[in-house]
Amino acid sequence: MSLILNPNIDDFDDFYKELIDSQRHMNDAEAAQMNCKLVLLLANHIGDRAAIREALERAGGAV
Amino acid sequence: MFKTYTYPKFPYVQSPEQKAGNVKRHKLVIIGAGPIGLTAALDAAAHDLPCVVLDDNDTVSVGSRAVCYAKRSLEVLDRLNVGQRMVEKGIGWKLGKVFFKDRLSYQFDLLPEDDNKMPAMINLQQYYLEEYMVEEIGRHPHIDLRWKHKVTAIEQKADHAVLTVETPDGSFTMEADWVLACDGANSSVRTMVGAQFTGQFFHDRFLIADVIMKAEYPTERWFWFDPPFHPNQSVLLHRQPDDVWRIDFQLGWDADANEEKKPERIIPRVKAMLGDEREFELEWASVYQFACRRIDNFRYGRVLFAGDAAHQVSPFGARGANTGVQDTDNLLWKLKLVIDGDAPVGLIDSYNEERAFAADDNLLNSTRATDFITPKSASSRLYRDAVLQLAEDRDAEFARKLVNSGRLSKPTPYIHSSLNTPDEDLFAGAMAPGTNCADAPVKVAGQEAWFLNQIGGGFTLLSFGPAPAASVSFGRIAARVLEVGRDIEDPKGVLAERYDAKPGTVYLLRPDQHVSARWRTFDEAKITRALARALAA
Repeated sequence: MSLILNPNIDDFDDFYKELIDSQRHMNDAEAAQMNCKLVLLLANHIGDRAAIREALERAGGAV
Repeated sequence: MFKTYTYPKFPYVQSPEQKAGNVKRHKLVIIGAGPIGLTAALDAAAHDLPCVVLDDNDTVSVGSRAVCYAKRSLEVLDRLNVGQRMVEKGIGWKLGKVFFKDRLSYQFDLLPEDDNKMPAMINLQQYYLEEYMVEEIGRHPHIDLRWKHKVTAIEQKADHAVLTVETPDGSFTMEADWVLACDGANSSVRTMVGAQFTGQFFHDRFLIADVIMKAEYPTERWFWFDPPFHPNQSVLLHRQPDDVWRIDFQLGWDADANEEKKPERIIPRVKAMLGDEREFELEWASVYQFACRRIDNFRYGRVLFAGDAAHQVSPFGARGANTGVQDTDNLLWKLKLVIDGDAPVGLIDSYNEERAFAADDNLLNSTRATDFITPKSASSRLYRDAVLQLAEDRDAEFARKLVNSGRLSKPTPYIHSSLNTPDEDLFAGAMAPGTNCADAPVKVAGQEAWFLNQIGGGFTLLSFGPAPAASVSFGRIAARVLEVGRDIEDPKGVLAERYDAKPGTVYLLRPDQHVSARWRTFDEAKITRALARALAA
């Protein structure tokens, strides 16, 4: 499975707002900590190592 | 300090060869009488291979040092007659708890499998192990253990090495067909042969404090990330025999090793951890830093390397002494066969092949644990803390899998070894070629016994059911048949289950209790070929 890059979330404006709002009460450190948890949770949900690796790469990471 | 243990002082004796001033050729000279050198000497004796052990000191290890001994090491040491004594004195444990800040983050059970002679893990001060080994060596006339003998130079010849050795009586020369360097992480032999020792160096310091206290804590491994009594760092607590507790404090790179070793610095740290009321005495302390690295080749001409001299790991995971014991377990039978002319020198090169592979596996595990315990950047620390926070969520089982306070030592199967004969028949279970043999309860002549005590030393053909021959040979080397139902019984069926055996199944097992090949039927021609392959012939 390759990484899905076509729109895959229903109502993505609403999703985006939800993402931003979820950190509205946080300072930078808290938000950074939450982002890490979020990455781990979502990566485990995806599970597919190839898809995760592709995401790491597309996000600008060295793989 | 040292209230619980009296250090023996072993006598220096001038050797007849130094006294007479003649140069003697030895088959095997082992350098270093630490746990690995001593294990090698006992293994040489078990193979009827005479050896000389040289050590520049005259006592056992100062301080508790390597304290955790895993099942496979205990099995090897049981073959060498010291494992049982270690288990009797040592403290068995199986439960590990990991704390983050002031909370229990998760706990793990080593899940020791039933029906094994040896426990999953014991804690025992290194000096006890060395003392037991020196005692056992005293029963072997062909081990010549020499204290206060320091090797100062090595010259390599085509078929031997020449050693310059310094004793209280001056310098003398020895020759050795083979040299085994077990002289530790700072091996001077490694430098003498010009070997490379590369890897990752960690910019961190740790304080080990052994304290004596009467505590009713359960016998568990406790690991703290960022505890209130030692903020931003990690702490590890382990119980040892004699009411000695090992506490390992991460200090950070800026710590001053000489300052931190002083009792007036250590005592407040321990007090903060235990709470003020509990009485304790400081037994031993040491500040260390570590690297994860290995030698580029375990063999340099006639000089071989084992233990920390060949690979250095972080202490998280108990992979130092445990893997060293597996090095010599792998090497000594090969040396014996090559020295006796029963196998080509290529068999010795399989030592590098198999143990470098295992060392890389250990280094990988050790480096990963170290990266988790001591994150190298602010971002990696955020991820580490995210894992620990998620691990507290009862439902987030996946996060607990990510917590890495040291993956505890397990033997690395030699799955790609050139000595293996790949399976032709279908097998289930773990006993693939290259894997160390599983133990099982058996009966021998009606008496309860353990399977691993029935094999090792030489090649064995484990046959489930009647075998058409008593042994199968290649050259002068015979693999003797051990028949289940005749020589041993498998009353609980554990052996058959662990080896996925059906009537007719046969395993070729190496002298170091590893699987070499296996088949569903006894085919003498195939067995001979597999035996030749296991001898690198």
